[in-house]
Amino acid sequence: MLPKHAGVAEVAAAQPPVVRVAGLKKSYGKVEALRGIDFEVNQGSVLGFLGPNGAGKTTAIKILTGYLAASAGRVEVCGVDVAEEPLEVKRHIGYLAENNPLYLDMRVADFLHFAARAFFLTGRQVQQVVDRAVCCTGLEEVYRRPIGHCSKGFRQRVGLAQALLHDPQLLILDEPTNGLDPLQVVEMRALIRELGRQKTIIITSHVLPEIEALADRVVLLHEGRKVADGPLGGILGQDLAHCLVRVCLRCKPEQLRTVAEEANAVWLEERPQPFAGDDLAAATLEVAGADGLSRIATVAAQAGYPLLELAPQTRSLEYLFQNLKQGEEK
Amino acid sequence: MRVWLLAKREFFATFDAPTGYVVLALFPALAATLFFLTGPFFALNEASLRPFFATMPWLLVLLAPAITMSLWAEEKRSGTEELLLTYPFHLRQLVLGKFFGAWAILALALVFSLAVPFTVDALGDLDWGPVGGGYLSVLLLGGASLAVGLFLSSCTDNQIVAWLLGATVLLAFNLVGLAATAASMPPTLGQLFLALDFGNHFQAMTRGVIDIGNIMFYLGVTAFFLVANGVVLERRRWS
Ligand SMILES: Nc1ncnc2c1ncn2[C@@H]1O[C@H](COP(=O)(O)OP(=O)(O)OP(=O)(O)O)[C@@H](O)[C@H]1O
Ligand SMILES: [Mg+2]
Repeated sequence: MLPKHAGVAEVAAAQPPVVRVAGLKKSYGKVEALRGIDFEVNQGSVLGFLGPNGAGKTTAIKILTGYLAASAGRVEVCGVDVAEEPLEVKRHIGYLAENNPLYLDMRVADFLHFAARAFFLTGRQVQQVVDRAVCCTGLEEVYRRPIGHCSKGFRQRVGLAQALLHDPQLLILDEPTNGLDPLQVVEMRALIRELGRQKTIIITSHVLPEIEALADRVVLLHEGRKVADGPLGGILGQDLAHCLVRVCLRCKPEQLRTVAEEANAVWLEERPQPFAGDDLAAATLEVAGADGLSRIATVAAQAGYPLLELAPQTRSLEYLFQNLKQGEEK
Repeated sequence: MRVWLLAKREFFATFDAPTGYVVLALFPALAATLFFLTGPFFALNEASLRPFFATMPWLLVLLAPAITMSLWAEEKRSGTEELLLTYPFHLRQLVLGKFFGAWAILALALVFSLAVPFTVDALGDLDWGPVGGGYLSVLLLGGASLAVGLFLSSCTDNQIVAWLLGATVLLAFNLVGLAATAASMPPTLGQLFLALDFGNHFQAMTRGVIDIGNIMFYLGVTAFFLVANGVVLERRRWS
């Protein structure tokens, strides 16, 4: 039973998952790219696919889209098995591939018309969906240009536009902001966030803020295995018991160490001084919750060192990936 | 309908690169030059296009792989293959789409080459019956040649390699008949070689013998290589 005032998310969660992957394996000759992964994606959610280079993200996506065949395991999209009815699955998916392959010799307009017809649109619908996608991705100004003459930012939008034409149930974006300048990255993210309100999306990225901003759940892959699955905060160890904090005091580095010890904080690393000046010391510490944080402030004040910075941090992807590597060496 | 959509795209895409224009210009130009300059047309003093059609198999050895070389190799090199293979098409639709697109290019080149029979007709009286049979034969031979070229294009991601492979294999198909005439050849093997020879069937047809066997030979070769093309694509999904 759903509660009376069930939110959109709750209603969505009650529906069958859009993607269901079970025991998925894939080998390229001797290279085992996927060694058995399972996950589901619920209707209306945005799943972030994370993992270091070579983790198998792109491989998993290529199997989902029917481009590659799995070595073992089962992949269902909208309740349809990819291996059994690839065409049916392909109709439900909009796909922006890793390096955004496009027919560079074709004009934007011609290419989008071709793509629309490829997705079984006919007659007046074709122009309608092309117009909608062009408007949504802001392609008006390059509409008549050959794709090869467009800037990378516009090409990326063409790639996104062709994925949106048939209003797919599932949108798969493999590193959609890769190689874009910061301004374009911001625009692309805004676009994706807008799409994420209505659509089910799988997105991969190496950039943490991107996943943080867009995804409501994360699947972390490493060497072909799923090593974590859940909200990003949980995966990064964002529990209050192990809070990372950046500290900068006006004192000598040894004095900062003493402060950290007295406040029961764990010394992680010394950091370069954030501002010019010989009498500044900066470090990253780990503390236990808000109490730990305020203890640092108190101890510093008692010792008479002015507090220049005290900033709780989110753990970075680098930290996460390094942990994965170290875990492996042990 | 789906095949038509793909064939149309391939046909027009040929003109995005210079290859399309080069083939369309070279094919009629070479055919006409070879015919009027070196052919026995004026010597015989009789209006016949037999020498004109006799050069066709050799022109196709060069030009059929030029039409098909990029069709899969370039898709693979640039990654657009992933686009096509994730759109809702059957593999057979993709293969047929490319094949008919290429065939349409060849047909257009043949239309341009009609200048030759019309010139001959103006100079002397031309019997158009054999000309029709000749063009039908070129279309069939061309289809088989394009299927070979398309298949080889799917085996590599380098267009130049695809062209070289295509020209070599087509040359072999046009020369096996010669091997059959070698004295040391066992008769059964010789028969087989003769049966496989592209030119052998072609000459029979341009002589006016349009029998079902010759037509089936070309259609069979075409079908064989198109299926092989599909198999290559499907196997790559499993690599
Ligand atoms: N076509 C291929 N042939 C052989 N090995 C491959 C092929 N494609 C990928 N691999 C290997 O499979 C593993 C997974 O690659 P994949 O591209 O899925 O990783 P990824 O997580 O997408 O990495 P990235 O973050 O760099 O995009 C890697 O070890 C890679 O070398
Ligand atoms: Mg990748």
